[in-house]
Order: sequence, then structure tokens, then C-alpha cells
Amino acid sequence: MKILVTVKRVIDYNVKVRVKADNSDVDLANVKMALNPFCEIAVEEAIRLKEAGVASEVIVVSIGPKAVQEQLRTALALGADRAIQIDTEAMPEPLNVAKLLAKVVEAEQPGLVILGKQSIDSDNNQTGQMLAALTGRPQGTFASAVKVEGTLDTGKAIVTREVDGGLKTLSLDLPAIVTTDLRLNEPRYAKLPDIMKAKKKPLEVKTPADLGVELKSHIQLLKVEAPAARQAGIKVDSVDALVDKLKNEAKVI
Amino acid sequence: MFQHDIDSLNAIREGVRSLCASFDSAYWREVDEKRGFPDEFVKSLTEAGWLAAMIPEEYGGSGLGLSEASVILEEVNRCGGNSGTVHGQMYNMFTLLRHGSEEQKQRFLPKIAAGELRLQSMGVTEPTTGTDTTKIKTTAVRKGDKYVINGQKVWISRIQHSDLMILLARTTPLAEVTRKSEGMSIFLVDLEHAMANGMTVQPIANMVNHETNELFFDNLEIPAECLIGEEGKGFRYILDGLNAERTLIAAECIGDGRWFIEKASNYAREREVFGRPIGKNQGIQFPIAQAHIDIEAADLMRWRACHEYDNGLKAGASANMAKYLAAEASWKAANVCMQTHGGFGFACEYDVERKFRETRLYQVAPISTNLILSYVAEHLLELPRSF
Repeated sequence: MKILVTVKRVIDYNVKVRVKADNSDVDLANVKMALNPFCEIAVEEAIRLKEAGVASEVIVVSIGPKAVQEQLRTALALGADRAIQIDTEAMPEPLNVAKLLAKVVEAEQPGLVILGKQSIDSDNNQTGQMLAALTGRPQGTFASAVKVEGTLDTGKAIVTREVDGGLKTLSLDLPAIVTTDLRLNEPRYAKLPDIMKAKKKPLEVKTPADLGVELKSHIQLLKVEAPAARQAGIKVDSVDALVDKLKNEAKVI
Repeated sequence: MFQHDIDSLNAIREGVRSLCASFDSAYWREVDEKRGFPDEFVKSLTEAGWLAAMIPEEYGGSGLGLSEASVILEEVNRCGGNSGTVHGQMYNMFTLLRHGSEEQKQRFLPKIAAGELRLQSMGVTEPTTGTDTTKIKTTAVRKGDKYVINGQKVWISRIQHSDLMILLARTTPLAEVTRKSEGMSIFLVDLEHAMANGMTVQPIANMVNHETNELFFDNLEIPAECLIGEEGKGFRYILDGLNAERTLIAAECIGDGRWFIEKASNYAREREVFGRPIGKNQGIQFPIAQAHIDIEAADLMRWRACHEYDNGLKAGASANMAKYLAAEASWKAANVCMQTHGGFGFACEYDVERKFRETRLYQVAPISTNLILSYVAEHLLELPRSF
């Protein structure tokens, strides 16, 4: 049974993000891009399930221009079996992404779809949930542990979720959708022979039109601003002075 | 221009970087403090296949060229590590690949690729001859199906962390050859056998915690099949390997340079004195900018050398010039980084002093910058030989 994993090309988390001078968006010119860390965790989880004999094939899918093939190859080097690029220059918003993915799910019929809970660029945290709604599959979001009981087509996925104040464990009927939290696993690094093998693994390119999806925009990006620079702090010489400032200057107590 | 910002090289960068992330500055600092060897790092690098990068796929490696090998070493240094602990296998590999017999390749390459054997050492330099290599006094005399080795070598690195060594020795006395570069041969020596049969190893304590040694040969007998290529042509084979070595060292220097520049820039942005970041002063930021420009320029020459070498063109000039430019640039960057950090640059916990020592080596070894200048003057500009 297959597992489908989604991956997104995002600005590298080590890069200091700069906003374009006209505030229209984040400046991506000559900026190092990488695999979204939550997606990397999703890939790792799928590969572990394959290594454990639960899954027979791991398919990775990414949406974006040709450049996303770099991230798809990374996922292939980590152990995915084949890749699908949905080729578009647009930066589709979550609902469009979910609709495209729903078509891939329809075609591939994976027992499990694993997504990162969100991408570190737009931080929407919507795609997994929308995909579950569109495909009518149960969802386990923010997974910190995933266990499959039985087979991927008829069994159950036991998903532990990190929620405020503790852990919540769900039993989902498969096929299902899971989104990953940060502590689900620690992704491996790719070995050189695997990087070489990844070059030869199949990578299929499709367009939104091939999938019969028309990209519609429901959200307009008005402006992007850098966070305000942090003001310098001050030192107070006594607890009384601190209380006085909190009460009378900051007016927080 | 040579295409080097391409997916296949970027994938290598990413791969090496993610491995190096498990070996942070604290790891390297501890190795340095203990005057130890980064065994865990070398093991991980080997297991992930990086030290078998150039071994052809049919022998279990990845069949990559000098460009890729150079990126691997560059990234190790870029991440704060020291490739000097592993680079021997990269440049020695080219010698074995280009000049070894099919039988030698069959016998050794799969084991090297699997990490069972290490080919980290090359024995060329001698205490009394230095760079005047054709005057080496170590001899290999054919006796039946064996060669008998006598002589002495110095600055032979990683002997204690290698299984094999490529050794240069005279097989025909200097007086009997028409050209002084003839009559020398290279041998693939099994170090464990050699140490039990007449080779003595004397470690040299040194400034950069680099594992390097003096070797003494007293009637060491090695099987005749250890000879690589044809007898008498060893010097030419070695030169070919040296061009690879110089290009690889250039790439390491570029990795160092980028580390220094990032470290210096970060510190200059964050360190506040007189109420503002020190990087606001042109006296601080200009030298960092200059060092950056020098590194980027050297990188272009490094790519020219890689391109020529990988395409079977004569790479001697570019390899030497790349090594010169990169070693100068990394040293300048090291100095700037140290100066930017002020007193803290001398504190071990900032790693600057360690990297400063490590990169300083590359102005001296594996060839001194003066000899590169002599080479360029004599061979490229046709000026009279100066020595």
C-alpha cells in the first residue's frame, strides 16, 4: 500500500528573511531555499513506515515551478520511491493546493497521506485539514507519534497529537490524512549513494490542467512588513521600582 | 563560465551540511583540545559514502569528479570542521584511478568504497630534499618478485589513520637517468605490513593538531605488484595527483574563508561598543568586505581548475593559481575574523583561533605559495628559473 507525502520548497530556515522594498512580499532573489522542515519530518515518517514493512511505496508530490524538483530529489535521496511535480508558476493558496492534492489522492489511492502541519513560509496550517475535507478521509493533525495497526487499506492509524495541556490519541480508519508536528521524528541525512540513486528515480511532471483543476484566487496579499525592531530594555534597581513601572508606565498590572 | 550552482552540486552541499550538523563546533574544539583525531566524524563521512565519491560505480563508489569532491571538502570546512583529516583519500584516489592497473582497482577500490580500507596517506616529501622532489633519496630496488625500500620521509599525514599509502621512491639512481624526473616510481603500500617489516613511524607534534609523521624505511620488502603504473614514471603520476590535491585544498580554503566571513559578519553586527554595533564602522566592515571579494574571486579560479581537470585538460596552471589565491584569501579572512573579534578571537570557545591555525597551514602545505609563484614565473611567463 502506498503512502503519499507532500513537500514544499521554502526559504531555508537559517536565512534571515528580508522584505522587498515595496512591501509586496518576501524577497526570494538569490536566497537559499530548502525543504520545509515539517515536510522533511513527513518524508522521514513515511520512509520509516516503509522500512517497517507497513508501506510498499512512498510517493512525494510538490507543487511549484521546475525548481521544486530539487526538493523532490532530496526526498527521493532520503528514500522516497517516485516523485510528482505539479508544475505551476503561481504560488497557489491552501485551498488550491488541497484541490490539486485531492486529485493526486484520487489517482494514486494512497492508504496514508502525510503532510507537514504547515510550511514555515506562509504558516497557514490549512492544507492537511482541507485535503481531509475534500477527500472525505479522517484526519490526525499535529502528530507526535504515528502507528499503523493492520494494513494501510483496511487498518487503523493510531495518531498521538500534541494539544494544549497534553497528548491526545486518536484511532483513524485508513485511508487517512496525517499532518506532522516537530517532535514526530528526527529526519536522517541523505547518503551520497542515495543522492546518486535519486537522480534515476522517476519524476513525473503534471500541470493543474492535467489534473482538471483551475487555480482560483480567494486571497489577496496586501502587504508584507518586517517585524518592528525590538526596543532596548532597561534595568531597574529594586523590585519596588519594577512594580511601579509595570503599574504606572506599562499599565499591565 | 562554468556551471557550478546546479542541483546536483547543491544536493551534495546539502548532504554534507546535514551530516556536519551532527558535528558542531564543540565537537571540533574537543578534538583539538585533546589533540585527538575526529574518529566519529570520519566514520560518519565514510559510512555516508562521501569518501568514496570518486570511485567508479562499478567498484561500489559514486563515480564523481573533482568538482564534486571539492564541494564535499569545502562544505566540511565551511561548517567549521577540518577536512585535513580526510582529504588524502580524495586526491590519492585520482592517482589510483588514473594509473592503477585493473587488478589493483579490483582488489582495493571495492574495499575502500565499503570503508574497510582507508587510502589516506601519500609519502613523497623527504627531510633533505623538500620540494626538490627529483632529488629524493628513498630507493626501491627490485629483488626478484619484491622491491626493497630504504630511506626516510617527512610530513606524511594520517599514517595512523590509514591502511594504505602511495609511496614515491627512486627505482633508477639519479646519475643513470637522462631526465631527472625519470627513474622514480610509485607504490601502493600496505601500512600494517610495512610497520611490521621495517617501516618506523615517528609522529610530529605540531601547531594544528594535524596527524603527521616521519617515516623510516629499513630494508622494507614489498611485493612487486605494489608498483602503480610503469616503473620509472612515478613522478609524472604524482604530479597529476598534485593538481587534484591543489584544487581540493583551494576548495577547503574557500570553505574556511566563508566560515570566517560569516563568523566575522555575525559578530560585527551583534557586538555593540560605544552604543552601536562595531560593524557600523567602515574600519571593521571594509576588511570583511574585501576578504569576501577575495574568496569569491579565488572560487572562480577553483572552478576553472575543476572544470579543466574533470574534462581531461591540462589543469596545472589553474590548480596552482587557485591554491595560491584561495590560501591567500582564506588567510586574509582568518586575520580579519580574528581582528573583528578582538580579544575574544583568542578565546578557544569562539573557534576563531583554531580555524586560524588550521587555514594558516595552507600557505605552506601541500606546497608553499613561493613555489607556486616560481612555477607561474618560470612555466607560464617564461622567466628564468630562480633556483
